[in-house]
Amino acid sequence: MSNPSEEIDEVSVIIDGQEVHVKAGEILIDACESAGVDIPRFCYHKRMSQVGMCRMCIVEVDTGRGSSLQPSCMMNVSEGMVVDTQSELTKKVQDGVLEFLLLNHPLDCPVCDKGGECPLQDQTMAYGPGETRFVEEKRHFEKPIPINENVFLDRERCILCDRCTRFADEVVGDPLIQFIDRGNSTQVNTFPEDPFASYFSGNIVQICPVGALTAKSYRFKARPWDLEEIESTYPNPLGDRIVVQSSRDQVLRLQGLDSEAVNWGWLSDKDRFSFEAFQSEYRLDSPLVRGGGLNKAEKGGAGLVASSWAGALSIVTDSLKDVNPDRVAFLGGARLTNESQYAWTKLAKGVLGTDHVSADLGDELPAHVLLGLPRATISELCQPNNTIVLLTSDLKEEYGTLFIRLRHAAKAQGVNIVELSPTRTGLSNVAAVSLHPLPGEIGNVAEALVTGDIPREVGGITGEEIANAHEYLQNSNVFVVVNRSSIGQSTTPIIDAITSFQKLDNCRFLPLVRRGNTMGALDMGMSPGLLPGRNTLSSGSAVFSDIWPNLPAKEGADTKQILQNAADGKIDTLFLIGADPISDFPDRSLAKSAIQNAGTVVSVDLFVTPSVYESDVVLPAASFLEVNGSHTNVEGRITPIRQKVTAPGTSRPDWMIASEIAYLLGHNLNIDTPEDVWNEMTSRSAVHGNLGYPHFDNDQNGHLITATGRIPFLPSQERLESRPVDSYAMRLIIGKRMFDHGTITQMSASLRSLAEASQLRINQYDFERLGIDEGTKVQVTSGDRDISVTVKIDDRVPRSCALIYANLDGADPRELLNEGSHSIDIRIDPTVRA
Amino acid sequence: MTIPLITTSRWGIEDGHTLEGYLRTGGYQGLHRALEMSPEEVHEEVKQASLLGRGGAGFPAGIKWGFLPPDVWPRYLVVNGDESEPGTYKDRLLIERDPHQLIEGCVITCYALGLSQCFLYVRGEMAHGQERVAQALNEAYIKGYVGKNILGTEFSVDVILHWGAGAYIVGEETALIESLEGNRGMPRLKPPYFPASIGLYGKPTIVNNVETLSNIPWIVEHGGEAFAKIGAEQSTGTRIFAVSGHVKTPGVFEVEFGTTTFRDLIMGEQYAGGIRDGNSLKAFIPGGASAPWFYEEHLDIPLEKSVVDNAGSMLGSGAIVVMDDTTDIVKACHNVVRFFSRESCGKCTPCREGTNWLEKILDRILNGYGRLEDIDLLLDVCDNISPGISWPPKQTTICPLGPSAVSPIASALERYRSEFEAYISLSVDATPVVLTGGAHE
Amino acid sequence: MSRLNEENLRIARQIISAYPKKKSALIPLLHLAQEQNGLVTNEAMTHIAELVDVTPAEVLGTCSFYEMFKRHPVGEYQINICHGISCHLLGAEDVLEHAESSLGVKEGEITQDGKFSFEGVECIAACTEAPCLQVNYRYINKVNADEFDQLIDDLRNETKTEIPKHGTLANTRQKIPANKAAGPAQVEESSRPIWLKRNKEE
Ligand SMILES: Cc1cc2nc3c(=O)[nH]c(=O)nc-3n(C[C@H](O)[C@H](O)[C@H](O)COP(=O)(O)O)c2cc1C
Ligand code: SF4
Ligand code: FES
Repeated sequence: MSNPSEEIDEVSVIIDGQEVHVKAGEILIDACESAGVDIPRFCYHKRMSQVGMCRMCIVEVDTGRGSSLQPSCMMNVSEGMVVDTQSELTKKVQDGVLEFLLLNHPLDCPVCDKGGECPLQDQTMAYGPGETRFVEEKRHFEKPIPINENVFLDRERCILCDRCTRFADEVVGDPLIQFIDRGNSTQVNTFPEDPFASYFSGNIVQICPVGALTAKSYRFKARPWDLEEIESTYPNPLGDRIVVQSSRDQVLRLQGLDSEAVNWGWLSDKDRFSFEAFQSEYRLDSPLVRGGGLNKAEKGGAGLVASSWAGALSIVTDSLKDVNPDRVAFLGGARLTNESQYAWTKLAKGVLGTDHVSADLGDELPAHVLLGLPRATISELCQPNNTIVLLTSDLKEEYGTLFIRLRHAAKAQGVNIVELSPTRTGLSNVAAVSLHPLPGEIGNVAEALVTGDIPREVGGITGEEIANAHEYLQNSNVFVVVNRSSIGQSTTPIIDAITSFQKLDNCRFLPLVRRGNTMGALDMGMSPGLLPGRNTLSSGSAVFSDIWPNLPAKEGADTKQILQNAADGKIDTLFLIGADPISDFPDRSLAKSAIQNAGTVVSVDLFVTPSVYESDVVLPAASFLEVNGSHTNVEGRITPIRQKVTAPGTSRPDWMIASEIAYLLGHNLNIDTPEDVWNEMTSRSAVHGNLGYPHFDNDQNGHLITATGRIPFLPSQERLESRPVDSYAMRLIIGKRMFDHGTITQMSASLRSLAEASQLRINQYDFERLGIDEGTKVQVTSGDRDISVTVKIDDRVPRSCALIYANLDGADPRELLNEGSHSIDIRIDPTVRA
Repeated sequence: MTIPLITTSRWGIEDGHTLEGYLRTGGYQGLHRALEMSPEEVHEEVKQASLLGRGGAGFPAGIKWGFLPPDVWPRYLVVNGDESEPGTYKDRLLIERDPHQLIEGCVITCYALGLSQCFLYVRGEMAHGQERVAQALNEAYIKGYVGKNILGTEFSVDVILHWGAGAYIVGEETALIESLEGNRGMPRLKPPYFPASIGLYGKPTIVNNVETLSNIPWIVEHGGEAFAKIGAEQSTGTRIFAVSGHVKTPGVFEVEFGTTTFRDLIMGEQYAGGIRDGNSLKAFIPGGASAPWFYEEHLDIPLEKSVVDNAGSMLGSGAIVVMDDTTDIVKACHNVVRFFSRESCGKCTPCREGTNWLEKILDRILNGYGRLEDIDLLLDVCDNISPGISWPPKQTTICPLGPSAVSPIASALERYRSEFEAYISLSVDATPVVLTGGAHE
Repeated sequence: MSRLNEENLRIARQIISAYPKKKSALIPLLHLAQEQNGLVTNEAMTHIAELVDVTPAEVLGTCSFYEMFKRHPVGEYQINICHGISCHLLGAEDVLEHAESSLGVKEGEITQDGKFSFEGVECIAACTEAPCLQVNYRYINKVNADEFDQLIDDLRNETKTEIPKHGTLANTRQKIPANKAAGPAQVEESSRPIWLKRNKEE
């Protein structure tokens, strides 16, 4: 240590006789791995705390005081350490542990789902003693028991490594599985009649080192050696990295891929088990047209019937012949790959010449918020001592792996979370501050928090609470995560809040989106006024004019206006690109009337959604498991989507459909592969630079698009007045659950039943005030609109607020929305029982 | 011998457990004295006394107290009253017969170290002990010996009586802390080696045994130097031993460290009175079930930590279990192994599986299904739990419980292998094999 | 009624308040539940989970680790016969055998009248009094067959009243008078104790 100011971040250690340089303080088992020396382990998992209990990773270590046996998962490397992973003693001890583990482990590898990919089996083959010396009776438990709808537990196979239990408690905060009993009788189990109701239960199947935990969707389906796999991306807002595994052109399993930047190997159950939807019998596998039938397509007939591509496309192109560009509109596109998004934008804006193109379905933050704020990555958020402000809904419901990362940051990385969510959330108990401003008031609360001009009370938050939270904002590293927390609240108060936070020095943001590739859609120009690569229509036309012949002259309408125009009979052709406005747009009746009154409605989709059902032409598209391309997550991170199986029937990639329509109209998009798109797009993009197509292919962290500022954030000029809730009313929160009536959930056998029925949730205090019984139906009114719904007590909901989750069976809270309001007050009538 | 009784002086006094009886016999003088001194002076006295921990490991209390990191607060005191090591019987008597002495020791310790809450963890099965401590605490609170503003000073500390619920492993100090936090009593990983740095609720914590703390009032009242004069140089003071098994007058005795020998204790008239029925000594366990066994030739070893350690065993928890020549060594061995197998917490594979396997093999041998290869198997399993089967044991486990099961087997086989062979030679069937496993679906 | 009753709920709240963290009260509360019902029921565990803010599974995890908590009925008098090494050397197995024949049930079973159950347990810290046993955690030292039978008779005829029914842990509870309590040392409270400040330790 000649120079104490010089930071020593590497040490040299001797591993099996080789001197290697490793990161100081690294865990020995990891250090060995990076040096190419594999040490067997069962309990160690690098994304969880160390418990050092299986004792499999014991090696001989000498730190200068003579050699001793040490679990390598518990040791940190230090300078000069000598490690022997191959010594006779090491071998003897490891063999011993392996033999101990096998004593009570059934020898049912041939029928075990894990057989072929089981570390215990592998270790035994590699090192284990050939025959058993254990002639006694093995431990017995009832064979596989379900611990929830999707996961089975076989306690006889369990080697008590504490991975699943640790995951449940430590990683996701659902300690519903536990070690029970003691010593040699220890077992993992749930409390009687209290299943492992976790949104993340599939992860325990993935990390179980033996076949003790199995997923219903995979049990007995395949042997590991029959599986082929490919690394890809789940097209959700976070772009969780996945491994897609298939056999005989059937996807059998999705596993989380450990990307340092994003999901650390974890997945939510919604994503993990959703692959079933894409191969369900309900998948569209040929074009549909309204009326005449195969090859005799004609508009105006009653139901949708199967057609040919030629037939279906001729209806589409007919409707586009000589059409006024102002009477063509495109909605959706946020579930597509970047490449398909580009192709559709090119068709719309470059060929048809319309700018009525919007990927937003009325529930996203405005494009200037998503693109205009200084953005931060998840990993930047999670640096020690940061303050993270959550202007969001419950991340556990909607952004599973971000929830996991932030929970870890708060618990283990010394990050302070200041939560400003409408209700208590899955992160409340790890947050430094958890406040729940009244919907509509978040802007005023944020202003007080930032300025420290502290009122007695604002938006349901006391001055004292604000003062406490204000302290955390004095940090030089404040990050704000923001989303459209409730469609019951307009975006105005959110923009007010962001405007306030922008007053803080260096404050950076992570705006979240609802639909998987909304970020990509914006970057590919699927928004009025935008062209690909964050070029605007006004400034970017010159960039594209040589290859996009018919660029629109003026900025197009936004989603609401498009729907309004359609409803008013001003749209001749309406494209729904994987969009279902009837289910998703806040004003359901407007969406319905738009689709009914538009000329020709062309849906490009995977399933017959309510909006598809009302369309005139339906073109079946390929899913993300069936195409190549790329995805852009909320950070602006681009990662590859790779085809693993073939699309059903005649369905085809979205980009190909766009290309074909253009061709039939006499234009060549010059797109024959996704790579063509990529090359064209990057040659014109202001932000994608010279990022080559295969560039990010082999990096699990993908490639980050960092440039911001080209599309400026538009701060609010005038702040919304505070509007307290009167004592007879309650303020409405419309939430989103992980499992709802969304198409993918409903089409996946494993997930379908997990969606609950619609309920109005209020806290105990308000419940008693109303004097009603839990489970009874009440009449809920807002102005002249009303719904009837059952009431449930939920103490996560603050006083004077009522929470209803959207898109569940039963009452639809969208019925209560009132055009133009920034927040919605409802009345609950306990006497009128509908 | 005119050494004073330090910890057991009130055992013969009818009302020694009451506040009145305690005060009458000089109780709480140590606390008064302590409050006249500065906290560090009190700590200094304990260091001077060289008081060794009485819970088993024999680590010097004064030094352990010094491991508290400066300026991390709050700090806690946890009293280990979980006494469950087979053969050990002293903490319960200290708890039942002189609870105030223990409480006084706790309060003084908190004063000396700035510990702001004390948890007195008493083994769950000791209902009477719990009652006595509760009673004593209630009296002490009323009279201001515990709680807020102790004896009118600014010094305040609560002593909370906490109940165990039956698990030997909870005696291990980090498991004790887990248990006190409401968790399964599974030992924590080392390092840190002492909870003094990270203990209860992640805060600095001193864990001491009941007997250790019962010495504190005397030390503070009479001075560390006076204490250090008693006993041997490195094993100061007195120590309570329970002598049980095949002796004429089993009992619990406070004796001076170092000067007394095993022979004195086991054979002496004023102590255990010799082997019962005129039988002869076969073996004895010198310090609780985990300790390797001693024999005839070890009788003259003095009761002194370092000497016993050097002879290949330990004084441990002051539990001497005597076996005469009628003892069935295989059964005795099985008994001790069964204990560790039943009490394994289940965390470490070698302990959870290994101790249980050892028990099953011994079971089989006793039931007439032994095989000749079982003896080597026993030794090899031992070797896999504690490589080299040496003393002190090498561990493949987090805590020493698993390796403790190795001592009785190694001891019994070393000297009485023929008794195992005898069982095996009488075996009715050499292959009782119950090979199960395979699919049950 | 196997959730905690009102009186016990009050005691439970008091117990919880003595600890810096609620979960620390888990074992004492399980004892309380067992005292009320003679065993620990699922309902009681659920109730305790609510009181200390953990999941029922966590309560079960802790509860099932400790031998004293019975999740299945035991006799009104649960007899724990020590078979630790010292008692073993002095005939514990004989006592166990005798108990079986005298009570007419096997280890772990309950007599027909619901009064008795017994089991062999590890060392109960009365080694010099071997062979010994506990009835509902009250010691009976140096027992032989006759004394065992006498004990059973006395319990059956309810003449041995000092032994309470199963579950009762201690007849005396710690009571901290409100004005004498120093209060729990909260984990977040990180200041140096006042008496050290005054006495300038270090
Ligand atoms: C398996 C095991 C069981 C133990 N049981 C006890 C016990 O019952 N009582 C006790 O005081 N110490 C016991 N100890 C020792 C404690 O871990 C710890 O060393 C002791 O409480 C420290 O107190 P002392 O320094 O005052 O001796 C046990 C240790 C182990 C490894
Ligand atoms: S050695 Fe045994 S008792 Fe000790 S921690 Fe490991 S499993 Fe638990
Ligand atoms: S991997 Fe190190 S002990 Fe399990």
